[in-house]
Amino acid sequence: MSDSREFDLAATSVRELNQYLHAELPGSDVTRISVQNPNGQHSIGAGLDCPVEVDIHGHAGYFIAGMNKQARVTVHGNVGWSVGENMMSGQVRVNGHASESAGASAHGGLLVIDGDASSRCGISLKGGNVVVAGDVGHFSAFMAQAGTMVVCGNAGANLGDSLYEAVIYVGGSIDSLGADAREEPMEASDVEALRDLLTEAGLEGDAENFRRVGSARSLYHWNAEAHQEY
Amino acid sequence: MCGIVGLLIRRAEMRASLGQLAVPMLDCMGDRGPDSAGLAVFEDRVETTGLGFSLYCPGGEDDWDALLEQHRQLGGDEVSLDVNADNALLTSPLSPLAVAEWLEREWPGVDVLSAGSRIRLFKDEGHPRDIASRYDFESLVGTHLVGHTRMATESMVSPAHAHPFTAGEDFCLVHNGSLSNPNSVRRRLQRRGIAFQTDNDTEAGCRYLEWRMREGDSLEEAIEAAFGELDGFFTFLMATADKMVLVRDAFACKPAVVAETEDYVAVGSEFRALAHLPGVADAHVYEPSPQTIYSWSVVEAGSTQTTAVVS
Repeated sequence: MSDSREFDLAATSVRELNQYLHAELPGSDVTRISVQNPNGQHSIGAGLDCPVEVDIHGHAGYFIAGMNKQARVTVHGNVGWSVGENMMSGQVRVNGHASESAGASAHGGLLVIDGDASSRCGISLKGGNVVVAGDVGHFSAFMAQAGTMVVCGNAGANLGDSLYEAVIYVGGSIDSLGADAREEPMEASDVEALRDLLTEAGLEGDAENFRRVGSARSLYHWNAEAHQEY
Repeated sequence: MCGIVGLLIRRAEMRASLGQLAVPMLDCMGDRGPDSAGLAVFEDRVETTGLGFSLYCPGGEDDWDALLEQHRQLGGDEVSLDVNADNALLTSPLSPLAVAEWLEREWPGVDVLSAGSRIRLFKDEGHPRDIASRYDFESLVGTHLVGHTRMATESMVSPAHAHPFTAGEDFCLVHNGSLSNPNSVRRRLQRRGIAFQTDNDTEAGCRYLEWRMREGDSLEEAIEAAFGELDGFFTFLMATADKMVLVRDAFACKPAVVAETEDYVAVGSEFRALAHLPGVADAHVYEPSPQTIYSWSVVEAGSTQTTAVVS
């Protein structure tokens, strides 16, 4: 029988919660954490590093589950900026919408947004996977280096600007591609990888009908003749 | 950083609680702006023949009686003065220009913070929590208000540099962000004879919008013009006698969250500023899109929202 703990952030500070998550939780018998009344507070569950299920009930603020390792965190509400930023492993799921810079710099793990994500989603992605069931805002996957971003809905302007080796799959429309981003053919391996990701994210989607966006790699080397025109 | 808050009450019975609902919003956003704060409230005033002038006089408690007495000799018995610590609302049949000239001549230590038939404006230096208690913001009653908590980045910390900024009558603006071309905007307006009180970037934006409206633009048209003229980062929250208007620049680097219910429209830099509002768990909570004008009107039979997308 696994143990669970409940924290009410109307009565307990985020610092107390996070100190418990960092210092007491690892190695204990607790496998489920429930957090009530997040009330838009920041940094809830940042720095988790053990296999635990965390449920946050309500709208949360910035940096939720940042730097996450191993844990599976679910927010039953919306989140502010930079959810799952710098995630290393595990899974973060947002049942509502996410504000800017969702999954920024994530090195590993899976971030799932059931609603829409705002601008700069997956900025500087470094190997993690980000799956958005709805739309993403402008400058998403900006300078993304490794990993995969899946947008089941529509993508805003300048998608994948200055992209490195991350790959983007888009199910809906793309307002515009950013500098050096280009649409590429969907190979059988893309369909397979996308199908696996959608399944892992628990989302429906016809993988064949997605488009692939990758880097044209023309910004990899300095071109003095480009006159800053890209 | 800086924090912005706004609250427009749709259900008339709740207007008595406007201040009570708004103080925790401002207090919470003190984390984003601890050096000064202010708010503009739009009151349901009884019909008077004059305009209301929000006056600010630091340490002015002893002067208000004499100021009122002297202004009555100019404006007659209809002149009234509602004193609230260092702030007072002067109601006067004199024109804004006449009031400003009289103050400059007789009361050089007194600043006019706003003029209009519905606006009352407070701003001061210090933590937003302390300012809210100094002027008893909890007791404020009205249809809507906008407030600001400032973390100064581009000009000095002083009551005059605190937000909201006003220009003309019944118009004010609070700003999170920074403009990169305020000097050229200011110089162009100064050549048209428009006077400035500070070197603050937000004042330049505020006077630009008010100038456009005097030239015949609606506020929405003025904002569309501003998208081409104002360079830099901004989330602007504006209010007029019967409207609250929100806009973010094309890059949308400065945050805003809106919560709408049948009873109110609330705006904050972050959701946590709105988390205490009644019914917020069931509110329509959303992030405003870049370069899109959100406008909410105060109307008696429920308020409507109109949104114009600017390409």
